[in-house]
Amino acid sequence: MSRLSGLGHRLYSGQSSVNIVGRRRTWYVVSGVILVVAIGSLLFRGLNLGIEFRGGGDFTIPNATCSIEQARAVAETKTGSQAIVTVSGQGTVRVQTEALSTTESSQLAKELSSTCGVGVDTIKIQVVGPTWGSEISKKALQGLIVFVILVALFMSIYFEWRMAVAGLIALAHDLIITIGLYSLFGLEVTPATVIGILTILGYSLYDTVVVFDKVKENTRNITGQSVLTYGEAANLALNQTLLRSINTSIVALLPVLAIVFVGAGLLGAGTLLDLAVALAIGMAAGAYSSIFVATPFLVQLKEKQPQMIALATRVRSRRANSAKNSAGAEGEPGADAGSVTTLVDSGPRQQPKRVPRSKRSKK
Amino acid sequence: MAPRPASRPSRSLAALAVLIVGLAVWAFFPGTDHTVRLGLDLQGGTQVILIPHPVTAGKDITEEQLQQTVTILRQRVDSIGVAEAEVTTQGSGAGAAIVVSVPGASPDRLVDLVQRTALLDFRPVYAVLAPTASVAKGQKAGTKPVQAASPDAAFEKAVLALDCTNPTAYSGGTPDDPTMWLGTCAKAGGGKYVLQPAFIKGTNVTSANAQLPTNGVGWVVSLGFDSEGAKSLANASTTLSALPDCSIGGQSPCNAFAIVLDGIVSSAPRFNEPIIGGTAQIEGNFTAEQANDLANVLKYGALPVTLKAVDITSVSPTVGSDQLYAGIVAGLLGLALVMIYLFFYYRILGIVAIFSLVIAAGITYLTFVVLSKTIGLTLTLAGVAGAIVAIGITADSFIVYFERIRDEIRDGRSLRQACDSGWVRARRTLLAADFISLLAAVVLYILSVGSVRGFAFVLGLTTVIDVAVAFLFTYPVAVLIGRRKWMQGGSRWTGLDADRMSRPAGVTETLASRRRRAASQTTEEVSS
Repeated sequence: MSRLSGLGHRLYSGQSSVNIVGRRRTWYVVSGVILVVAIGSLLFRGLNLGIEFRGGGDFTIPNATCSIEQARAVAETKTGSQAIVTVSGQGTVRVQTEALSTTESSQLAKELSSTCGVGVDTIKIQVVGPTWGSEISKKALQGLIVFVILVALFMSIYFEWRMAVAGLIALAHDLIITIGLYSLFGLEVTPATVIGILTILGYSLYDTVVVFDKVKENTRNITGQSVLTYGEAANLALNQTLLRSINTSIVALLPVLAIVFVGAGLLGAGTLLDLAVALAIGMAAGAYSSIFVATPFLVQLKEKQPQMIALATRVRSRRANSAKNSAGAEGEPGADAGSVTTLVDSGPRQQPKRVPRSKRSKK
Repeated sequence: MAPRPASRPSRSLAALAVLIVGLAVWAFFPGTDHTVRLGLDLQGGTQVILIPHPVTAGKDITEEQLQQTVTILRQRVDSIGVAEAEVTTQGSGAGAAIVVSVPGASPDRLVDLVQRTALLDFRPVYAVLAPTASVAKGQKAGTKPVQAASPDAAFEKAVLALDCTNPTAYSGGTPDDPTMWLGTCAKAGGGKYVLQPAFIKGTNVTSANAQLPTNGVGWVVSLGFDSEGAKSLANASTTLSALPDCSIGGQSPCNAFAIVLDGIVSSAPRFNEPIIGGTAQIEGNFTAEQANDLANVLKYGALPVTLKAVDITSVSPTVGSDQLYAGIVAGLLGLALVMIYLFFYYRILGIVAIFSLVIAAGITYLTFVVLSKTIGLTLTLAGVAGAIVAIGITADSFIVYFERIRDEIRDGRSLRQACDSGWVRARRTLLAADFISLLAAVVLYILSVGSVRGFAFVLGLTTVIDVAVAFLFTYPVAVLIGRRKWMQGGSRWTGLDADRMSRPAGVTETLASRRRRAASQTTEEVSS
């Protein structure tokens, strides 16, 4: 652990630096490949929608003693249509049927209880009309749109519009990957999944805001100097918040994983598990995108600004000079534009030295 | 640099203590409920989610209609005598949903109750027929009420074929279109009626009461109408009372009107005379119970909208308590894992974080109890999940702050200063990031239905609590600890030891820190 902390220090000071911004092509390719797979899967495989979206009956029978075949036989004779029967957790049998009336559903529950040797009141019954899921999704989509507009406004005011754009692109990235993975692995989409995905909205941007806040701090008055380009300053900010990002992701994932394990072990499929799986995927994607997508993309946007281009030129010529001065002993630092590690301290600063404010008025 | 905050740790801690004690007193005030109210998925019961549709297609549902519906449903659900039944609306306008939750009721009974009785109207009787079906060769007996724009031959044939001795035909459930003719059965299969388009809708009824008149023989139901209803009633009764009496196979049209509930005739009294005043009495040798039932149908049957049950979930108490148990286990496990991680990573500061989490959890619990009794908050499984997820987000606030303290120390500040100046920066980040979280929660809460809402509420609540705890506990305690000599000594248990924090030498960092260090080196010798 202390080695990790030591790493924190080296990252902060710039002794160790991961060149994230400079290698943005790599991250874009990585994200691009995942996105293509996700979108491709969504287009060609589609989503495995739960009964809330299709309409139908869902019977969860805990501690069932019947076989899958027996349960299916009972359900199919009763409803006259195909039934899906799965076993999960500790002998929990789940029977899903086509749409049926409430009277039919209680009759089926009775028959299932006698076949599977459990009391009829231990069976969890859910009967859903086919419009319910789409109702939830419609609401979720409305929520998403309103949220995105509000966040874009907030980030434009608190930061600047470029950060808002970069943050929202990272958000879209996370959402597409999460939904795409659901499609790829054929995980069932339930309203709980929709909740999980909506939570990613907040979480993904939360993470991005923390990183951007550091970028903002590091790049304040950046045009007033010629040591660092915007990209380098942003990269330093990323490195400085890297440990926080890692810590945060671990700390956020721990409870979610606890839900996954407890959910899978104690309950079988259900609200908690569905939610946690969506969250786990989304949080991982959110942690990745706030570092590897949002900031590099922001740098790309920022470096198109004329003053940032001018800054980059100044930094390059300064480095060329200092390289000449040190007689090429350090190689060609200026050539390695994305890196901070090779940057040489060019001696004491030629400015009047001031006592920091915190030291000035000692009481 | 931002101005130094006025750090008065003891004042913040006192404020926190007042907050907690206040909440605790409110929560555990003698004579009130002290528990968190659990949703049906955690305590067992049946929940039905209903989507209201306007009676006439294309019209919007008003807020008033929605509230009226809720009131009617509540009365109906209460009538089956279960405690703690709950009827709430979620959302508004075209996307609104009504959620009926009843602990312990069987699903078919509840659904029957809330969904079946839906639309009430008054129609002039055109003809009364024998309940049995008279079918032509090769024709099947009808099992559903028949509607048509005009009483043409096809309509007549279909009505004749309707079998009113078949329970399916008179169980109702399909609201009729009041502007069309209707051929239907009487309740319990007592007869078959051919009815003209409605002259009064159920929504025109303002009051309906069962009464025993002082000099009367049996119970009667007295009715009050609004002005529109009174006018229609006056017109209809004037026309109808002049017609001959109704009887099976008798003359048509005749002088009765039918009270039609969901397409089924509840009662078909006849007009004795024109009714002008907007109030009417239905006589019919009723028993007290019959009169009450009819009055209830008239009063509560008049739903201004039609309802469709879209989600019916029934959870047994055993499954519910299992789910609650699993939620609690997952929450404690998650909390423990986070605490262990924080302790090993941040040592003494980690302990501060652990206490912060415990306090946040405590405040969350107390708030649940208080909100349970004030606004009727119920904790659902999705809410439990929200609370568990919030553990991570809450812990992150402390991580942001502690990493800032470390950064400040690396920049050459003393621990004492770092606790304050680190806070100024962390506070800004924290507020911005938590604002986003809260925004997501609020938007979700306003725009969602069902379990999404419970989740969003808990997430928003915990975000606010997170900010309160960070401001009133984590920061002041960190400042207090930062003033201690043993903490400044840099032992490895402080989590800020030299090994982790070793001073950088001659490497460029942030622009600000560079400037700061250059300056501080002239005034004091920095030991690394």
